[in-house]
Amino acid sequence: MKLVPLPASLEERTFEAVVRAMSEGPDAGRVLFDGSRVRWVDPYGMVGLLVAGTVAAERTGERPLLRLPESPDVSSYLSRMRFFEPAEAVFELHGGVRRPRSDGPSEVLLEITPVQSHADVHSVVDRVNERGLAILTRQLGYPMREAFQFSIILSEVCQNIIEHAQSGGWVASQTYNWTKRLGRKVVVIAVMDLGVGFRGSLASTHAARAGEPWSDAAALEAAFLHGQTRFHDPGRGQGLQQIRKQVGRWAGRISIRSGTARIADVPDWDEGAPLEEGLPPLPGSQIGIILPARVSAGTEATAAPAARKVER
Amino acid sequence: MKQRSEDVTPFSFDLSTLVGRSVASLYSHLVTRPTGRALRLGIESQIGELGARCLSVLDFTQVVVLDYSCADEAVAKLIQRYQGSDGVTDVYFVARGLGEHHRDPIEEVLRRHRLAMVGEVAARRFALLGEVSTLERAVWDALERARLGGAAELAAVVDLPSTVVADALHALAKRRVVLRREAGYHALSALVAH
Repeated sequence: MKLVPLPASLEERTFEAVVRAMSEGPDAGRVLFDGSRVRWVDPYGMVGLLVAGTVAAERTGERPLLRLPESPDVSSYLSRMRFFEPAEAVFELHGGVRRPRSDGPSEVLLEITPVQSHADVHSVVDRVNERGLAILTRQLGYPMREAFQFSIILSEVCQNIIEHAQSGGWVASQTYNWTKRLGRKVVVIAVMDLGVGFRGSLASTHAARAGEPWSDAAALEAAFLHGQTRFHDPGRGQGLQQIRKQVGRWAGRISIRSGTARIADVPDWDEGAPLEEGLPPLPGSQIGIILPARVSAGTEATAAPAARKVER
Repeated sequence: MKQRSEDVTPFSFDLSTLVGRSVASLYSHLVTRPTGRALRLGIESQIGELGARCLSVLDFTQVVVLDYSCADEAVAKLIQRYQGSDGVTDVYFVARGLGEHHRDPIEEVLRRHRLAMVGEVAARRFALLGEVSTLERAVWDALERARLGGAAELAAVVDLPSTVVADALHALAKRRVVLRREAGYHALSALVAH
């Protein structure tokens, strides 16, 4: 059995350690994801864990085991985010304390939601508009007209799964108070799938350009920076470009990991690299978006500097 | 409304109602490509029943969320279909009830396809959306204020040779953002029923 320990803080920055642990060492049969020491998890960590578990099942042919967090707070949060519903289909669950789901007030914008069809996208937009707009306007200070952009971002990023991945996926979103890291609240969105990835999606387009080096990084650059898609239609590919533009306006961060590479628009408050290559392989695409709360006009220049972007 | 052309059929589509009919009343927001496609096919079908020439008002008043994919299918591809004259149908579009959250996606998809359309961006205030040249915009603005005019009158307003203005009006008419009649060119806003 292969042991994959989950970090105490399970989020985008630490998720790479999970993928690496899955890839390292000899194939030793069934995988055990040990989440007993998890003390904090965000949507990227939760959805990423579902992806990692699905990949482990495909690689080994056996349903992986997941040892649940011992922390009652984490368990309660997982219940609130409806993690256990998809997790029961992916993992054999062990240990931990399964708290019943609380339906009281929370800052959950969107629980873990499967995205397999366009109808799911409508469902996501409906749910976010019901309660998300209030959180975005009152707690994060977005004007109403900009808060609607959040629904558009979610809609476009979820459609990305259906249109390009040719596979299902999950989406989740939550607000957090990043007092230490940023001094204000943020919204975290995670959207992931197990499909063909950007390289696979753009392969037929690239086939016409013999001689150019082709890799996960090249495919991400083509889609992320240049809006290329496999469709021969100028109307296609704009969703991702508009998401980048809007995230940039809000001094946010967007990253896409696909295959062995990750590309990102990185704001000055973050330390990530705009482009990473040679990562341990993971199928599909994993998108992470962080949107900080608005700051007043007088402080915006220092608190929300322009993003550093990959430009080649 | 001050002036109307006699033989143009004004026709208003309440998008929220139409999408409800086209997509089985499931969705309250204009998101996703299939929704946009269904919406466009519904509008095209009704236009087909109306005959040779009509002015279609696309009413966004009740639309809360409009994403880029849906706008591309429902608006850009609709305009694109009727912009190239086929000699049989002569269809003009005006978008009504546009908020800022509608304008962004509509402007963007029009620009991507190098299209233009007329939109009511505030009460009785119309704007030319999408991709147009500075000259075309100036001439369109002048006609919008005059409501009806020809190259000679508008040339005086924009301070350009009438031949240049005539070419711009011709191009605007070809793009279906003004209506050419024997009496001159009509601003589409003058034809919209309130």
